[in-house]
Amino acid sequence: MKQLKLSTVVDHAILIAGSLFMMLPLLMILQMTTIPDTEIISTGPSLTIGDQFDENFEKAMFQASGFSGENTGMSMLKNSFILGIGFAFGKILIGMMAAYAIVYFRLRFATFAFWLIFTTLLLPLEVRILPSYEVVQSLGMLNTYQGLIIPLIASATATFFFRQFFRSVPEELVEAARIDGAGPVKFFIDILVPLSQTMIAAMFIIMFVYGWNQYLWPTMITTDEDMYTLVRGIKQIVQVLEGAVVPEFGRSNVLAIIAVIPPVLVVIFFQGWFVKGLTESDK
Amino acid sequence: MAQVTLSEIRKVYPNGYEALTPSSFAIDEGEFVVLVGPSGCGKSTLLRMIAGLEEITSGELSIGDRIVNDVDPADRDIAMVFQNYALYPHMTVRKNIGYGLKNRGISKDEIATKTDEAAAMLNLGEYLERKPSQLSGGQRQRVAMGRAIVRDPALFLFDEPLSNLDAKLRNQMRIEIKALQRRLGVTSVYVTHDQVEAMTMADRIIVMNAGRIEQIGTPSEVYHHPATTFVASFMGAPPMNLLEAEMRDGQVHLGGQVIGSGGGNGKVTAGIRPEDLVPDQSGGLSMEVEIIEELGAHRLLHGAMGNERVTVHVANTVDVPLGPLSLSIKADALSLFDPATGARI
Repeated sequence: MKQLKLSTVVDHAILIAGSLFMMLPLLMILQMTTIPDTEIISTGPSLTIGDQFDENFEKAMFQASGFSGENTGMSMLKNSFILGIGFAFGKILIGMMAAYAIVYFRLRFATFAFWLIFTTLLLPLEVRILPSYEVVQSLGMLNTYQGLIIPLIASATATFFFRQFFRSVPEELVEAARIDGAGPVKFFIDILVPLSQTMIAAMFIIMFVYGWNQYLWPTMITTDEDMYTLVRGIKQIVQVLEGAVVPEFGRSNVLAIIAVIPPVLVVIFFQGWFVKGLTESDK
Repeated sequence: MAQVTLSEIRKVYPNGYEALTPSSFAIDEGEFVVLVGPSGCGKSTLLRMIAGLEEITSGELSIGDRIVNDVDPADRDIAMVFQNYALYPHMTVRKNIGYGLKNRGISKDEIATKTDEAAAMLNLGEYLERKPSQLSGGQRQRVAMGRAIVRDPALFLFDEPLSNLDAKLRNQMRIEIKALQRRLGVTSVYVTHDQVEAMTMADRIIVMNAGRIEQIGTPSEVYHHPATTFVASFMGAPPMNLLEAEMRDGQVHLGGQVIGSGGGNGKVTAGIRPEDLVPDQSGGLSMEVEIIEELGAHRLLHGAMGNERVTVHVANTVDVPLGPLSLSIKADALSLFDPATGARI
């Protein structure tokens, strides 16, 4: 039998302890989805596993809540997916095209333009939320998917990463393509996009998770309950309007768990590409 | 097939650096011209201007009977092979070769036929479905060649295509490229910094230095009658011996010996190829042999002649000890240069 090294045991002990520590809040929430709401109020998280999970899940996903009765868990999940995916694709598309313009075309103020884009990192949504809201409102995009997504898709981060990546693509490739008769659009679609695959995957993870977790902007823009996203909706459920009612903890905890799953799946699925995209520069 | 004509082509970069002084020459149909020179001499710039990848500051470039100064690279009817091959890494060999045809709207069947033909010519048949990353350096080079020949262009441009290959493969590809060019009869311009490549492949060599053309000539002309001391020292390994001599009364004196004749008086630079100096008991020149380089088929003797360094090339049948050695010069082997300008007299 292979001899266990002490250092291996210690390493793993540290890793396992760390993982447990990180997972503890999730496990607590998971436990709380199995017990009745009244018990949560009275005892809080405990070690007992109850029998309420099915019922809570059913309520959370398929029963409507709120005034209009239109925001079930399913509809919120759908909205979250639309936001996350639209947000990620929009950012990747805009970022790639901006970077393409900056890197490959001899614009007079390309560098200046790039740094101008870059400085917008200093102006996150929270800083410009009032003017942004004003614009969206005046365009009549409140409570629409366009209103949720479009104001957020200009991305300095994606532009920056794609710019760095494009600069690492050998100059000769562009020249070979020019001699092969590929114009700017063909070069972009036939060569640059396929070459950027891993980069696109990496960006997709970051941006999808970022979009999925948006809270402030959906809260501002969506007032119709059928437009709620998961992250936004969870809060709504715990909110108690009448003093004597026990908040629906079980239901919101199920939604919290559900809300965690897609980002985790995306990360797991794209993980290999993600690492490649951020570390592999030699094409 | 095209004849390429450059008249007074000049390149000045926006920062004022003149990469190429006004240069003119013409390339005949089917000719293989090699641009050779040290790095930074403007040879790649010149090639890239012919390709259309670099703007021409002034002058006129024509390919065939068309002036192409402002014609897009894709429309110049040229193909180019790059130093690092510039293959599209995500495309298979087949797609790499056919990409230029596809962009020109040629039908799929025709692309397939032409690609197969080119691949057969280059022994790439079994690699057509592979990606460039699965190929060796020599195979990638062939794919780059295939991409060029499949288009059947009027002009081939090569930008140091062999410098990423190891020495053995380089010799082999050198012969392959030359043979292919002969077979296809396409006018070619080939850029290299390797004078051996230039000598072995070229129909004509254009030697460049510091943005200027130093000499245009056949390999033999360039080797035996270098136009300047730069050409003399750049072409040939080991380079030509350049020795300070004196001209008096129509004769050239070196180390107290008359080594040739020439008009005028004063100092001259005498250029003698290492193989034109012969060990000779009765020879009037003497050198001190300090190092002997054994190269198998021949030997190189390095040493001093007076205050100057000389190299002598002898066959391996000639045994020479270290120390003093008498030499003579072969007839008609002397080149004379103006010491001030470096130009041939």
